[in-house]
Amino acid sequence: MRNNPILHESMYKYFATAMAVCAVFLLFSCSTPASPSPKPDTPAGGKLRLEFDNVVGDKNLVLGSVTYKNASNEDFVVTKFNYFISNIKLTKADGNVFVVPQDSSYFLVKEDTKTSQFVTLNNVPFGDYTAAEFMIGVDSIRNTAPIEKRPGVLDPSGSMMDDGMYWAWNSGYIFVKLEGTSSKGNPVNGKFYYHIGLFNGYNERTANNTRVVKMDFGQLKASVTESAVPEVHFLVDVQKVFDGPAANISIAAYNSIMGGQPDKSQQIADNYVKMFSLDHIH
Amino acid sequence: MNRLIFLLMLSLICCSTAEQKAPLPVRTGPTPIAWTKPAGFPDPVYDLSRNPLTEEGVQLGRFLFYDGILSRTNLVGCGTCHQQAAAFTHHGHELSHGVDDRLGVRNSPATQNLAWNTSFFWDGGVHDMDLVPFNPIENPVEMDQKVVNVLDKLRSTPSPTAKIPVDYPKMFKAAFGTDEINSERMMKALSQFMMTMVSANSKYDYYRAGDANALTAREKQGLVLFQKNCSSCHQGVLFTDNSFRNNGLMPMRNNDQGRIAITGKPRDAYKFKVPSLRNVGLTAPYMHDGRYHTLEEVLDHYTDSVQKTPTLDTLLIQFNSKPGIALSDTEKQLLIAFLKTLSDEQFIRDAKLADPGIRTAF
Repeated sequence: MRNNPILHESMYKYFATAMAVCAVFLLFSCSTPASPSPKPDTPAGGKLRLEFDNVVGDKNLVLGSVTYKNASNEDFVVTKFNYFISNIKLTKADGNVFVVPQDSSYFLVKEDTKTSQFVTLNNVPFGDYTAAEFMIGVDSIRNTAPIEKRPGVLDPSGSMMDDGMYWAWNSGYIFVKLEGTSSKGNPVNGKFYYHIGLFNGYNERTANNTRVVKMDFGQLKASVTESAVPEVHFLVDVQKVFDGPAANISIAAYNSIMGGQPDKSQQIADNYVKMFSLDHIH
Repeated sequence: MNRLIFLLMLSLICCSTAEQKAPLPVRTGPTPIAWTKPAGFPDPVYDLSRNPLTEEGVQLGRFLFYDGILSRTNLVGCGTCHQQAAAFTHHGHELSHGVDDRLGVRNSPATQNLAWNTSFFWDGGVHDMDLVPFNPIENPVEMDQKVVNVLDKLRSTPSPTAKIPVDYPKMFKAAFGTDEINSERMMKALSQFMMTMVSANSKYDYYRAGDANALTAREKQGLVLFQKNCSSCHQGVLFTDNSFRNNGLMPMRNNDQGRIAITGKPRDAYKFKVPSLRNVGLTAPYMHDGRYHTLEEVLDHYTDSVQKTPTLDTLLIQFNSKPGIALSDTEKQLLIAFLKTLSDEQFIRDAKLADPGIRTAF
């Protein structure tokens, strides 16, 4: 090219300038692959927050100290209440649906960790939202995903203090973990343990205790704008884990429900799908 | 100006191909190792493209495999119950003991040829090699330790109090580029090492490769009997079909029902994984609970004591009166002669698979 007699000086200049612009642009995009949209003054979307406020009937949930009663008239104290929320979708008034990107759509709500009860969704397109949908639990695809697809709350190494949400011996996540004490608890230590998982199995079908919750906001709407971050406040009623459409679970009859009683765990799943209600949006 | 154009074009080329090719002429990362599939073996189940083997990664996995730091007491490692001389089983132990000598409920299986496993453990509760170590580490009767605690302990090495101080942050850096220690890296390093635990050099393999003299006449007779009576389950070059079957063992006192605990299906009651028979001459005791101490006892079970229960494998129902497999005493001896040709001396002596010198886990 250097000695090409066909190209004139002016063409060289023109060509060089074009190449320089091209190269600078490409270099820039190469070195900063995660750079945001070229027009930072018009962001693609805003934020919306979901609050999961755990209660027992009409009372606030307090871990370890307050005694409640279920429909079977059994006293109970809750010592642990954790659950996965995933696969979140938001529906606008005009019917458009925003699906939270899969890799950013897994949240572990824990009663003992206040911050975990606020799920902030980013890059939500501006608009008025009138309904939300989410899964309780972890879908079968993520439950069988390679380890590099399991960061953060999905890390099977779990957390300290026996608080893990992953079954290592029967590989899969625990979707809802409810533990407590009761005069009807097991005779050894007075406790009850409900660890509900099972995602339909890896190659043999098992129970599927993932449940999808659809919440219509009714007259209310969550307006996502440049300046406003609406907060959709859900109440999550622990009592409904025991008392629900599938069955009233009695602690006396079942002080431990885990992977070994798939039928019973399915009843709890059919109960916990009803534990959510919309309180308000602000 | 011409030179400028040339440079710009060069930078363009460099830039546009940066994602496909290594941009640096000087390689600084870990050293790749090619994993070789033995002749006649099927393609591995494990996806190496997600976790390509490197010398540093395999070496790290080997240290982790043998280091008692994985356990609550710092005394029990993978290598405690998976000892090389016994083809990575717990020789002489019907059931293995973990921390504080807590006894498990099942016999330690051979960690060999895991590259081809479609599931892991006697009940197949884990389906991905990268997720296997969570199970023994967190099991209260094995290593009784949360993996998060293991990660913390690894981060604070080298420990001045350790018998042999191992610098794990340095090893993670060599294997993965930075000294970050997380569960993904730890499990992938262990998988890299476990991928190298390949047994494919037994006498039988030499015979299979074309050396007709590798087996004696008796062993060849045993092979014929094996193909007729055993190979429908202990199938192919891996000597397992990876299925779960009830082979008619009388349940023991703890009534371990095996696979049903994973699937919840009554038809899976008392079913256990069909184990590979490679190195079976080295891996006594036998069965999921280690109840038989010799291969003679195993074959006596198949001829004499198969229990007819609702989920008994149909392959063991061959004649009207008695379930099991019909074999004469002579045939049993020939079968055992053949089974011993599956022992792989090279595998159990391979220095690359041995304890690198940590010596904490025994």
